[in-house]
Amino acid sequence: MDLSVRIGSLEMPNPLIAASGCFGYGLEYEEVVNLASLGGVAVKGLFLNAREGHPPPRIVETPSGMLNAIGLQGIGVHRFIDERLPRLREAGARVIVNICGTTIDEYVELAKILSQEEGVGALELNISCPNIKEGGIQFGCSLTGTHAVVSAVRKATTLPVIPKLTPNVTAPATFARAAEDAGADAISLVNTFLALAIDVESRRPRLSNVLGGLSGPAIRPIAVRMVWECRQEVKIPIIGMGGIMDARDALEFMIAGANAVQIGTANFVDPFVWGKILDGLTSYMQRHSIARLQDLVGTMDTSAPAAAHA
Amino acid sequence: MIVRMSPLDIDATVISNVRLSADYNVLTLAAPEIGAETEPGQFLMVKPGLGTDPLLRRPFSVFEVLRDDLGTVRAISILNKRAGVTTGRLYTLEPGARVACLGPLGTPFTPPVNGGEAWMVAGGVGLAPFATLAEALAALEVPATLFYGARTGEELFYLEFFERLGVRIVLATEDGSRGTHGRVTVPLETALGALPAPGATTVYACGPEPMLAAVARLAARHDQPCEVSLERVMGCGLGGCYSCVVPVRSPGDPQPHFVRSCIAGPVFDGAAVVWE
Repeated sequence: MDLSVRIGSLEMPNPLIAASGCFGYGLEYEEVVNLASLGGVAVKGLFLNAREGHPPPRIVETPSGMLNAIGLQGIGVHRFIDERLPRLREAGARVIVNICGTTIDEYVELAKILSQEEGVGALELNISCPNIKEGGIQFGCSLTGTHAVVSAVRKATTLPVIPKLTPNVTAPATFARAAEDAGADAISLVNTFLALAIDVESRRPRLSNVLGGLSGPAIRPIAVRMVWECRQEVKIPIIGMGGIMDARDALEFMIAGANAVQIGTANFVDPFVWGKILDGLTSYMQRHSIARLQDLVGTMDTSAPAAAHA
Repeated sequence: MIVRMSPLDIDATVISNVRLSADYNVLTLAAPEIGAETEPGQFLMVKPGLGTDPLLRRPFSVFEVLRDDLGTVRAISILNKRAGVTTGRLYTLEPGARVACLGPLGTPFTPPVNGGEAWMVAGGVGLAPFATLAEALAALEVPATLFYGARTGEELFYLEFFERLGVRIVLATEDGSRGTHGRVTVPLETALGALPAPGATTVYACGPEPMLAAVARLAARHDQPCEVSLERVMGCGLGGCYSCVVPVRSPGDPQPHFVRSCIAGPVFDGAAVVWE
């Protein structure tokens, strides 16, 4: 059985990628997961410099989901290269570095710095974090901005370039098109949904940042819809994510049009989820006589709805 | 660098649920594999049942590591206080129910320096990490005292457990029904003032944040080392989510930095934490 997937020059043995912001820098999970067994590891978003992030509380639970406003706390690209990348390389991880900037020049500089390092498999452009004012979201919410940042990074690197799209726009598929036109190797979606939770007794927001990004199973059907819409619009690989908890959820994204998937919140609930999802994918392939998992991508049959079952 | 054992995820059966009061209970869980690896101060990420609401696990100190007559670990327990949905469920669970337990996690307490005494300061459910610490101290033959505060005398639990280990007990209740009337920091301050030498008594504290801040300040004022076990809203327990951060000042750096309490803690040097 072939579960492999290719995104530009990045070849992955399976489509399961640890989602940025949900897996630290990967090494935090070395004792529970063989990092080389994952399709890829998208490390926590990196700016050029270290950042402290927002004061706590940074997360709050909501029905079947969670809001976060971490504020991209991070060690900066140089410490990442010095302290984390060598160990990730040693562990055999296929590293997708998520990069964040406040200007196009910062994205370009990050891309150039990381392109010189051995062990970087791809760059994911964070143009969609809802939690920081000065971050890339201004690019992610504008079609011309998305095009501009993707093409600038495209010119600066030969690494696969994967802009991560926001769901907080009317038509994410138009952003997918802008990214493809600008030379993106793939797109990843969705980042979190901008959201708010209030403590009614005190009438105070439940996060220090007031607003946060909603993730988890609560968003999954919306994310699946957005992946499906993007699949109609672009030819490049799509990395789908949003509340995947098990193999069926991952398969749903793939049938909607995702070539690979990212798993975030589920890893918080169960850090051993990776092997379980992988087993679920292979047993599905056996049951459905699918030799190549990529053959499943975008195969939703709209000729009739599925039979209802209780 | 943080070195730790690989945590285990055990789908543990509830062996017993002893309700200590209207809010507190002790849940005994068949997770001996975790208990055998647990050091005092370490914690579990716990989730009763499957389902996505609540979605995330909750952090709990390992309360007891329960052994049979031959010394083999048979189970662990957690001390639970009803506050939200998950703790409400944990209060009502019956024997046979399943609780997912991920652990042991986090950095444990540091044993006291040679020849010194150990003082444990607990507020309410903050008693939780001290049962295993008291056992470890007894095994090391370190003289130990428990300063234990609660709202009322009815919410002071497991006193016999600590007495059996030879722990000296000093009580305080907010309603004055038992021990000193007021907060546990009142008798602690008196006792710290009576100590002959600085540095010989290690103070360990767990409880509400204002209590921890007060204990850390008192210990610093009396030149005694102090470790605090902090409770934070925690997403994963493994350092992945960056939600449980604590502002900490490291030596030689005047600027405090956020560190993850799940891996750098939950036990911190009381003097390093930047209190609100």
